[in-house]
Amino acid sequence: MKGLVTNTIKFSTVDGPGNRFVVFLQGCNFNCVACHNPYTIAVCTDCGECIPSCPTGALTINPSGAVLWNESVCNGGDTCVSVCPYDSTPKARYTEVADLLADIRPVAPFLSGITVSGGEATQQTEFVQSLFAAVKADPLLSRLTCFVDSNGAAGPETWQALVNTLDGAMVDLKCLDPEIHRSMTGQPNDMVLAGIRQLHQLGLLYEVRLLLLAGINDDPTLMRRTADWLADINPAMRVKLIGFRNHGSRPHDPPLVEPSNESLLSTADLLRESAPFDVCVI
Amino acid sequence: MVEMNEFQERARTLVQGESLGYDQRLRRLAVLATDVLPYPAISAACREALEKRVICDMFEGHAPYTARYILPDYEKAIRQGLSYLELPPPTDLDDAISFLQIMYGHVPSVTTYPVYLGDLDKVLAPFVDSELADEELDRKLRRFWIGIDRLIPDAFAHLDIGPHDSRIARSILRVERSLRQSVPNITLKVDPALTPDDLIEDAVRTVFETGKPHFVNHPMMVADHGERYAAVSCYNSLKIGGGAHTLARLNLKEVALRHSGSSDEFLDQTLPNYVELTAELIEARIRSLVEQQHFFDTHWLAAEGLIDIERFSAMFGIFGLAECVNLLMSYDGREEAARYGHNAEADAFSRRIVERVAELVAARPMPYCNGGAGHCYLHSQSGIDLDHNVTAGTRIPVGDEPAMFEHITTCAPHHRYFASGISDIFHVDETAVRNPRALVDIIRGAFISGMRDFTFNLDSNEFVRITGYLVRKSDLVSIADRGSARHGSDFLAAAAENEFHLTQRAVKRVGCHERDPR
Repeated sequence: MKGLVTNTIKFSTVDGPGNRFVVFLQGCNFNCVACHNPYTIAVCTDCGECIPSCPTGALTINPSGAVLWNESVCNGGDTCVSVCPYDSTPKARYTEVADLLADIRPVAPFLSGITVSGGEATQQTEFVQSLFAAVKADPLLSRLTCFVDSNGAAGPETWQALVNTLDGAMVDLKCLDPEIHRSMTGQPNDMVLAGIRQLHQLGLLYEVRLLLLAGINDDPTLMRRTADWLADINPAMRVKLIGFRNHGSRPHDPPLVEPSNESLLSTADLLRESAPFDVCVI
Repeated sequence: MVEMNEFQERARTLVQGESLGYDQRLRRLAVLATDVLPYPAISAACREALEKRVICDMFEGHAPYTARYILPDYEKAIRQGLSYLELPPPTDLDDAISFLQIMYGHVPSVTTYPVYLGDLDKVLAPFVDSELADEELDRKLRRFWIGIDRLIPDAFAHLDIGPHDSRIARSILRVERSLRQSVPNITLKVDPALTPDDLIEDAVRTVFETGKPHFVNHPMMVADHGERYAAVSCYNSLKIGGGAHTLARLNLKEVALRHSGSSDEFLDQTLPNYVELTAELIEARIRSLVEQQHFFDTHWLAAEGLIDIERFSAMFGIFGLAECVNLLMSYDGREEAARYGHNAEADAFSRRIVERVAELVAARPMPYCNGGAGHCYLHSQSGIDLDHNVTAGTRIPVGDEPAMFEHITTCAPHHRYFASGISDIFHVDETAVRNPRALVDIIRGAFISGMRDFTFNLDSNEFVRITGYLVRKSDLVSIADRGSARHGSDFLAAAAENEFHLTQRAVKRVGCHERDPR
């Protein structure tokens, strides 16, 4: 079983509980204005436009027309990513579950678990399911917890398919208001809202993440409605409040605005007034 | 030996030293005084290596009259009382704290301050029962802690807790977080089977506040020293009721600079030659301490059975492994491999060097070293403020460290050889503060991969480890602005910071324990 993997990180302290090995999958069904790793959105079309831009000659095109990336020559400068017209990267690779396991094994003693992120993890559900099942079946890895970091836009069949191998999901709620959600992501939010409720019912909802963009989705009335909606599902929910950062995101007209620290903290207070949430501000 | 006119000049500089407090002048004058005595007898080759600083005696002075590191058996002292100090065994917690504070004032060491304050969770355990509420325990320990910092203004003063969880260990961590002092230094002994995650996590939260504690691999230490050991100063693991007579260290970079020929010839000839010269220096200094100054025949700690020469050894330190490996790779014409920490060939050769030193030290009998079964303990020495362009111990050069997993796996294979400590430092960024459990995971993984001892530096922390000991950044600023500091160790830190820019390093710290020659 192969998945299209953008890259992996051996140690991460910001992708779920404890220290985690993170697998980033290429491809996302959202196109968020605030995406901080937009090169993971699209799958490479083999257009070849990045090839001449590479200063070390790490990119070539093979006779069948596929763009190939030679990691040993790459200097990690990411010129290819910056010139890509399609929000993609030539560096994502189809990777076997067994190869990922071989990378995870030496690091396993240092981990609480693994997290599949992206891109959007649920765009390759079968691969995720197969990776998690393999982790659970491996005597050296079976104690590791398996998490996904998701935009939430996956149908009930996706979460049902993962129910036996998934230990927790971290789900973004870009906005409770469907129109604002659509303007921020290009997609409606009905599947996200249903997914959050379903994951809670399955006992798999680890946290909901609210990414705040100043003047777009941080209106106090809207935040109060959001708090009420979340509290109805679980008033003790772990809610992570993330202030948008320009770093890594694409230019936007008009420019997106980072919320002030005070505004983040007052939103956190507003959430706490609504319900005894476990609120974490970053 | 210091000539009289030089002695006068140095003494005058000290008594008039405006940046030194009264106490600091007094202690430095005492060191200077022994330098007018003849140095212990050593060969011409040994003297030359010492003068060229290929080997270093840590400026312990010409006539050692105390063992360098002393670990009194405080539990025994509490049980039997002290006849020299006319103190009966304490009967309650207040008495016990007072007893210890008095005793600390009479424990000698190379810094003049005690480097070991006890495994305090065990030492105080008989005096803490369920009648005493946590708030009251915190209040008493808080007063005790303020007393330690003000009476023993030296970041090498060190106490240990763990591996078992206890109310006292928890209270110590709470007091540490609330006071944020650089003294005392602290080690948490971690036994993966005995130490709960929750205690390690509490310690990690304390690291975020104060840069302490240091973490040691308890089962690995017990295998080398038995149950009665402690980490002291920064960071030396030695036997309780024993200690180290002396520490001399070999600069592997300087050894490599004096070598010509192949790597094999280095391991077969040059390295053994300098290991023996270091051993000669150590032996001369031990004999001076034991046979000339009769330390163990005259000190009350020995007379009352609180230390025993049978539990002492000496520390054989090495440093500059990184530069040594890189030089030897270059000599062999393999410039591309000359990058310790980033090249498999360089890393493999570093292990051959350490194995060879360990083998030579284990084969060199040393008098009065029964604590080490008749041999020195090997030590990865973490640097002093005079070190220029040479990396501490077996570390990867500051600023050149790989990512943490690669860093740990490069360093871990060295750890088993260094019974008296190796103290790697890992630098963590602020994101870990919201996820202390991640560091618990890394600590457990590091011990599984064979690490003996290490600590974390948080890049945003007010506290920074210089060559291993802790200082507050605000105290360094005060030296730069006003030229004075309350803690003696802060001066060493200011010098090291100027040499190394350690507070700017990309990923960590170092460890230390020395006397400034100036």
